[in-house]
Amino acid sequence: MWLNKKQSQGQRGKVKGLILSLALHLWPCALFADPLQDQFAFRDYYQQKFPHLKLEDYANGVYAIDAVAKQSWLAIEEFPPYEPAIEQGKALFETAFKNGSHYADCFPNQGIGIANDYPQWDSLHGEVVTLAGALNACRMRHQQKPMIDRDQDMVYLLAYLAFTSRGKAIHVVIPDDDPLALAAYEKGKAFYYQRRGQLNFACATCHVQNVGKRIRSELLSPSLGHTGGWPTYRLKWGEIGTLHRRFSECLEQIKAQEFPAQSVDYRNLEYFLGFMSNGIPITGPSTRK
Amino acid sequence: MITIFLLSCAGMIGVSEQRLIAGKKIAFERDKGNCLACHVIADGESPGNIGPVLSALSKRFNNKQLLRGQIWDATQFNPNTSMPPFGKNKIISEDEIDQLVDYLWSLE
Ligand code: HEC
Ligand code: HEC
Repeated sequence: MWLNKKQSQGQRGKVKGLILSLALHLWPCALFADPLQDQFAFRDYYQQKFPHLKLEDYANGVYAIDAVAKQSWLAIEEFPPYEPAIEQGKALFETAFKNGSHYADCFPNQGIGIANDYPQWDSLHGEVVTLAGALNACRMRHQQKPMIDRDQDMVYLLAYLAFTSRGKAIHVVIPDDDPLALAAYEKGKAFYYQRRGQLNFACATCHVQNVGKRIRSELLSPSLGHTGGWPTYRLKWGEIGTLHRRFSECLEQIKAQEFPAQSVDYRNLEYFLGFMSNGIPITGPSTRK
Repeated sequence: MITIFLLSCAGMIGVSEQRLIAGKKIAFERDKGNCLACHVIADGESPGNIGPVLSALSKRFNNKQLLRGQIWDATQFNPNTSMPPFGKNKIISEDEIDQLVDYLWSLE
């Protein structure tokens, strides 16, 4: 690569004038170099720290690197507290809207085994769409009010859809024909590395710089795979909740400004973390301390 | 060696037992310094391991003022530090930092 991103974007007009074959080679590389390079570096860092882990192990969050805690976690997973949520989610998903349509009509493959394809880029609206956002878009298309993330019905729906996707590899795409998608990814990445709050932490301070270390008695997990196990039943919450709720909790801990669930900031952050986690299997719904 | 010993002793003069206990409380309490989140400190329970063990600081720092600087804003010594800027960001008060410094200086 002899052109860096700035140069290549600045030369967009010129590139069009170049021979077609050259442009074809140049374009995808110029646009994709960054996220893929980020992904490589992100994984490589953890790989160096935890050489015994395989990519799919990162689906298990902190338990991938804490053998002792993993035992009690596996014991909980034998009688999973999220099971009722899957059942309720299935029932909700299969209930027809007043107009007779179903959620299934809004999704490819009737919504089964698709959670790993989220978050997605929506070129039409120029924004990142989470699975919760897609469910709400479906509701509105069928004259239903959207639900908030804290609405347990929404969490149940997400639990069911994640359940039908278990084992499928996270597959987050940054389309090469829309620079806004790359921009959203970059914003998510910037959010992740930005120090903030009274305690002056970035997400990366805990989950990259100090991964595997203890903050008081809490072991810090890698962010690789962070998007795969949701929604999660947390013993601390006493109920099942979403990834965005967890984002807020981490921000609260460092006394930083929290953002609303499904805000652009959190969706972009999820887009970045999702892209980092590509290839790791979906394990949601899951349980955590 | 002798001067270091003398200096550290000199630092102790005038610091009451009460003040040391107050400083320790600030170091240990979660809604104060919560230094145990990252540092092992003598008889502190379930410490984290992000930062180094806090002991014999009177030998590691030339004077109390430098130690105070580390707590006030650790980023002035290491821009990539994970340690929060306790004074700069007003996480604890100036007075609390002073008590903390006296307590830390007493640690062997
Ligand atoms: C002060 C340290 C700290 C900071 C800063 C922090 N986290 Fe966390 N985070 C934790 C701890 C502790 C846990 C619970 C143990 C674990 O899974 O790492 C956690 C858990 C999580 C989880 C759940 C992982 C799982 O598998 O259940 C996610 C997702 C997460 N953090 C994302 C973030 C994001 C995104 C940010 C920044 C907006 C952030 N964290 C900032 C300490 C932190
Ligand atoms: C979130 C992590 C974290 C917290 C909380 C924290 N520290 Fe630190 N501290 C560090 C790290 C990491 C270092 C290593 C040097 C550096 O990165 O600046 C350090 C270094 C130090 C040093 C220098 C030690 C030496 O031998 O060089 C002192 C003194 C210190 N911390 C005191 C405190 C006190 C007092 C508190 C509580 C008021 C505290 N720290 C809270 C992470 C932390």
